[in-house]
Amino acid sequence: MSSSTIFFAALLVFSTLVFCAGCYRRFSLITAGQPEDRFNRIDMRLKQMFLYAFGQKRVVAKQFGVNHFIIFWSFLILLLANGEFLAKGLFPALSLAFLPQAIHHGLLFLFDLFSLLVLISTTVAVARRLFFPPTYMNSAYVKARSVEGFLILSFIAILMLAYFGLHGAEIALGNEPGTRFMPVSSWVATILASYPSHLTLLVSIFWWVHALVLLAFICVLPYSKHMHILTAIPNIFFATLGRPNVQLREEFIKGGEFGVGRVDRFTWKDLLDSFSCTECGRCQSACPAATTGKSLNPRQVIHAIKTNLLANGPLLKKGGAPVISLIGEESEGSSTEETIWACTTCGACMEACPVLIEHMPKIAKMRRHLVEMKANFPEELLTLFENMEGRSNPWGIAPSERTKWHATMDVQQFEDGKTEYLFYVGCAGAFDSRQKHATVALATILDAAGVSWGILGKEEKCCGDSVRRLGNEFVFDRMAKENVALFKEKGVKKIITQCPHCFSTLKNDYRQYGIELEVVHHSELISHLLADGKLKLKRKVGGLGKILFHDSCYLGRHNDVYDAPREAIKLATGQAPVEFDRSGRESFCCGAGGGRMWQEEQHGERINLNRAKEALEKRPDTICVSCPYCMTMMEDGLKDLHADGTRVKDIAEVVAEGLRQ
Amino acid sequence: MLIVVCIKQVPDTTQVQIDPVTNTLVREGIPFIVNPYDTHALEAALQLKDRYGFRVAAISMGPPNAEATLRKALSLGVDEAILLSDRVFGGADTLSTSNVLTRAITLLNEQEEVGLVLCGKQTIDGDTAQVGPGIATRLGYTQLTLVDNIEQLDLLRKRVRVRRKLEGRHEIVESPFPAMITVVRELNRPRYPTVPMRLTSHEAEIKVWNNEVLKLDVNTIGLKGSPTWVSRIFSPEREKGEIVGDGLHDPEGTANLLIDKLLSKDLLAL
Ligand code: SF4
Ligand code: SF4
Repeated sequence: MSSSTIFFAALLVFSTLVFCAGCYRRFSLITAGQPEDRFNRIDMRLKQMFLYAFGQKRVVAKQFGVNHFIIFWSFLILLLANGEFLAKGLFPALSLAFLPQAIHHGLLFLFDLFSLLVLISTTVAVARRLFFPPTYMNSAYVKARSVEGFLILSFIAILMLAYFGLHGAEIALGNEPGTRFMPVSSWVATILASYPSHLTLLVSIFWWVHALVLLAFICVLPYSKHMHILTAIPNIFFATLGRPNVQLREEFIKGGEFGVGRVDRFTWKDLLDSFSCTECGRCQSACPAATTGKSLNPRQVIHAIKTNLLANGPLLKKGGAPVISLIGEESEGSSTEETIWACTTCGACMEACPVLIEHMPKIAKMRRHLVEMKANFPEELLTLFENMEGRSNPWGIAPSERTKWHATMDVQQFEDGKTEYLFYVGCAGAFDSRQKHATVALATILDAAGVSWGILGKEEKCCGDSVRRLGNEFVFDRMAKENVALFKEKGVKKIITQCPHCFSTLKNDYRQYGIELEVVHHSELISHLLADGKLKLKRKVGGLGKILFHDSCYLGRHNDVYDAPREAIKLATGQAPVEFDRSGRESFCCGAGGGRMWQEEQHGERINLNRAKEALEKRPDTICVSCPYCMTMMEDGLKDLHADGTRVKDIAEVVAEGLRQ
Repeated sequence: MLIVVCIKQVPDTTQVQIDPVTNTLVREGIPFIVNPYDTHALEAALQLKDRYGFRVAAISMGPPNAEATLRKALSLGVDEAILLSDRVFGGADTLSTSNVLTRAITLLNEQEEVGLVLCGKQTIDGDTAQVGPGIATRLGYTQLTLVDNIEQLDLLRKRVRVRRKLEGRHEIVESPFPAMITVVRELNRPRYPTVPMRLTSHEAEIKVWNNEVLKLDVNTIGLKGSPTWVSRIFSPEREKGEIVGDGLHDPEGTANLLIDKLLSKDLLAL
């Protein structure tokens, strides 16, 4: 063995050790997390993995995503070339040339082509960071123009240049049999050929540059955000198959700990998430809190968990005390309480994340810790919690008032066998003076379409959405159990809701309590009734002018209902609604979800104002909503902007216009 | 040293209606809550516990189901909860109620010196505000009513200085221990129970003291010991409201109009 081979072997062993140590440290930290079953339905998981990891579905959906797609696939292909390179460094006789010639030549061609593509893509990436870095790539602790970012990009670019240099020189020396299949390297060879006396030297220079950079890359990988190269694919494989907004249940046993106040109380998947973040900033740019100047940045929440885990993990594993608190510090490894309370649970972060990180459930877990272990939460929430516990509605209004909305109509009580659907009116539908109009409109529609329905009246209780999203799982648990018992006792199987929060909670969350309800949101029902001809309007809805449709997060992102309300508007008015720039999956929250409805917004621009301004850019006459919270937030936003010419209507109100004489 | 908090289970009055025929409160299906003023007394006691290390006992006179009220107190952190419950205590007015509570506090005092007794200024069902002062009189404690701030507490000299919230003014008074304090809502913001505390309180022991323990003369307690007699309960006729101004088109003008109106009826003071 030559001395240079021995030197290379030593370096290779060293880098492998550094790499393994880094990986071991991180993966062993992940095992500090709590157990969680993410091994069910492997077929679905594989499908998810192919779509989002290998297909890069989310990545390519955004500008410059194609760039990443190219680098990703080139990386996979060039893994082979680099494997060969390392093996050959140790045992020069080893080579892919042993493969059948056609395959070998094909590979040579691919290597050459992809190396060029990578070179172009990395140049684009560097240029983007240098000349037009998008603001969302900067977060408090990680910048678009970070040393790490440039280092890795230059590593990749140098690797490619060295690859061409090496093969160009070899071709010029006549050592490369597959020249025909290496167009780029051959072109490089024509340039290098003018230095015939230096070619041997160039071969070894390029070889060593390639070797050293490759080994350095291997060393750095597990210690940087590029760890995602290793974790993203498994992370996508293990991502939830259900609705991430449905938080796991807690069991209330004496002596237990509730929520997450220490990093090792997260599940292993939460921790894996933190090592999978690519720092792309997409969640940040979609987050209504982050974009309106709140301290919450979903990306930083994830980054803080990682930083905290790296600092505390080893200590915690040995049974020691943490050195950085997970909650409450203004540092890279902690989330402040203000941050934790700022989330509207809109899910935009999760919808944007290319590696399917689940931000929101982690925030909810930390909220649980604050509420359940510390009884520490914003002042406004005390009244909310007590009202919920005492009177089962957020305002603390007497339950007897639940029936006031139908003072002018005849409404039946729900009775199994007599009425098909339970119309679950919801707290806002029953108590909020504005939303009551929508309730009446919906009731009128149901009657006009001959739907058989009834209500629970005074017996109806709040579904508990707000308390669950606010981390008061103890109270939610009680409310859910009471409601499920009530539904079972009354024989309720089909439910109509007008509030997407009730809709989502009854439909998805209550499943955890052993009840499968057929829950339909009124926008879905109305669109079916119209399409099937069961609801016959007396006239086409005119009068409302240009209608702009605003997606509710709990209907859209959390339940994938996007078309039904649009369809209903189209059928009722004869025209598709106008769309926001940010609509559908990318819709922007009104600011009220996740219990934010009951808290003041202390910092930055108010979220509802931001959305109302965006609405006014489209110059609508009517903004159509499908959620009581959106109704309040939109109306308030318009009022603050003195936009007297624009009104807000619930989808039921829009359609019910067509029933007037 | 012990702080005793007197709490009462009351029907959630916002949900109570009066039966127009029988003129009685319709209590069926109405949830019970801890008298809201008492929650502030409880909080004050717990804050003093946190700061000075008092022990806190909560006592409540009521039917067996009033236990829930005491469990809530336990979940918030009181050290001991005692339910004063006996058929002979039933039908009590404020006088006989204060007899029962007084005896209970006296018994507690035999075990451990009582420094302060805390009560809400009144209950939302009776609204008499008599029980606190009644206890103080019978125990011979100083009574400090309508307290909205505990200014100073001197454990060595055994003195407490409080601020009383009176009509249009405040009064700062000081008294030696033992003292009975009734509190108003402004005093503090009651805490919320943590889940571990709730779970512990579910299993915690609630002592029940009946008249065998208190040994009171039956003529001084319950209905027999109550000189007050309620002849009728009714909802006062309310004048129908009126709509003032046009809030939709002239919110500012309407607000001014409303303020003028309230001022003229003496419902608002500047
Ligand atoms: S759920 Fe919405 S508000 Fe919460 S972090 Fe994600 S994007 Fe931001
Ligand atoms: S959490 Fe996801 S979307 Fe946000 S920066 Fe990390 S990888 Fe990007």
